[in-house]
Amino acid sequence: MNLTLKIWKQSGPKEKGKFVTYTLKEISPNCSFLEMLDILNEQLINKGEEPVAFDHDCREGICGTCSLYINGRPHGPDDAVTTCQLHMRKFKDGDTIIIEPWRAKPFPVVKDLIVDRSAFDKIIQEGGYISVNTGGAAEANSILVSKPNAELSMDAAACIGCGACVAACKNASAMLFVSAKVAHLGLLPQGRIEAKERVKKMVAMMDAVGFGNCTNTYACEAECPKLISRSNIARMNREFMCAKVS
Amino acid sequence: MNSSFLHFSSITKKIWMAGLGLFLMTFLLVHLSINLCLLRNDGGEWFRTAAHFMGTNYIIKGFEIVLFGGFIFHVLLGIILQLKNWLSRPVRYRVTNKTPTPFLSKYMIYTGAVVLIFLVIHMFNFFFIKMGWVGSPVPFLQEGEPDFAGVALYLFSQPAYSIVYIVLIIALGFHLYHAFQAAFQTFGLDHKTYTPFITRFGICYAIIIPLGYIIIPLYFLI
Repeated sequence: MNLTLKIWKQSGPKEKGKFVTYTLKEISPNCSFLEMLDILNEQLINKGEEPVAFDHDCREGICGTCSLYINGRPHGPDDAVTTCQLHMRKFKDGDTIIIEPWRAKPFPVVKDLIVDRSAFDKIIQEGGYISVNTGGAAEANSILVSKPNAELSMDAAACIGCGACVAACKNASAMLFVSAKVAHLGLLPQGRIEAKERVKKMVAMMDAVGFGNCTNTYACEAECPKLISRSNIARMNREFMCAKVS
Repeated sequence: MNSSFLHFSSITKKIWMAGLGLFLMTFLLVHLSINLCLLRNDGGEWFRTAAHFMGTNYIIKGFEIVLFGGFIFHVLLGIILQLKNWLSRPVRYRVTNKTPTPFLSKYMIYTGAVVLIFLVIHMFNFFFIKMGWVGSPVPFLQEGEPDFAGVALYLFSQPAYSIVYIVLIIALGFHLYHAFQAAFQTFGLDHKTYTPFITRFGICYAIIIPLGYIIIPLYFLI
């Protein structure tokens, strides 16, 4: 495959960025998207040019590190995959691919396609945990968990915090991410104890760091590589309302 | 508008927005039931009676204040939420988002703005006459009350007004199309069985209510 790439290049958070055009020849359709960028970077290094900076880690779709906005969609044109699981067979020979970083006020660009997603960490620090005393592990069956709740909690726990929900949302809202964490913990008896404080604190931090408001377009759900359901947002709204009035 | 109002959390603002939106939707139904009186071939007599009742009943007059307040609060919240949304992405994407989402859900602020324009025109034609701020195109009734039936019949007799009215009502339908289901989602009312019903009901409401309003100018146009 021969490709034209238009990639956002920005040397630092305060620097002005611009799109730079690269051409790539003879790329295998079986190549992953990140491998294609690796090939580009090898060529750039061999030519003495600066490579393109992009986030990646496990390359197995489980760490949530890769974060590219490809031709108008977070993680590219395939459904329910992260960028690292995207393959070049999803594109055509001769395509022009425009690659941008996640765009959101709380996700400032660090360099090129890398953004700082520590705003998510700040939200997690506000309540994305349960408080457990250290010591010997308790008998697993001493706290009963209903099967439907366990399933829903596990579904929500699949969120890898990649930020595609924010990138896809026209308002840069983090409601799907926050609601997945609230649902994941709040559906289990161990997480119920701090549920009210959790939802209030996490929503307050979500607002404070500058994410937008949810307008129920459900772009987040459509682009989530882990298929996190919007019903988690409804659950969080419900939980938030109850926490505020009780 | 005090500072505590501005410092409501995003979800609290949304809940207020949704609640007021549903309240305003019920008002649309009441208003339509009165408007449909114009279709009776009695020179607007039924409409006049209904308008007189609405204008003199103290409970209704009380609700009128709640309605005005609710509408203003709904608009203000919409503007505040939208400003925050715009500020949340100061640098836009070069490629427009291609995520498959319900088309009308992305344009609520714009359809809402059109509805606001419609309301201003509507107020100018009716409420402002009642308040004596603008003149009436038709003579007042003998009791000294404005003849709203006469005003409505006069306005709908003008094709240009009727066409603008129809276009603005269609925008209202677009606004309602997304609003109903979204309000329930905001309230956290999401259920495998009931949500599809709520969505279908909302779509029907967004089609039937505007159609009801549109029938009236069409009746006078054709």
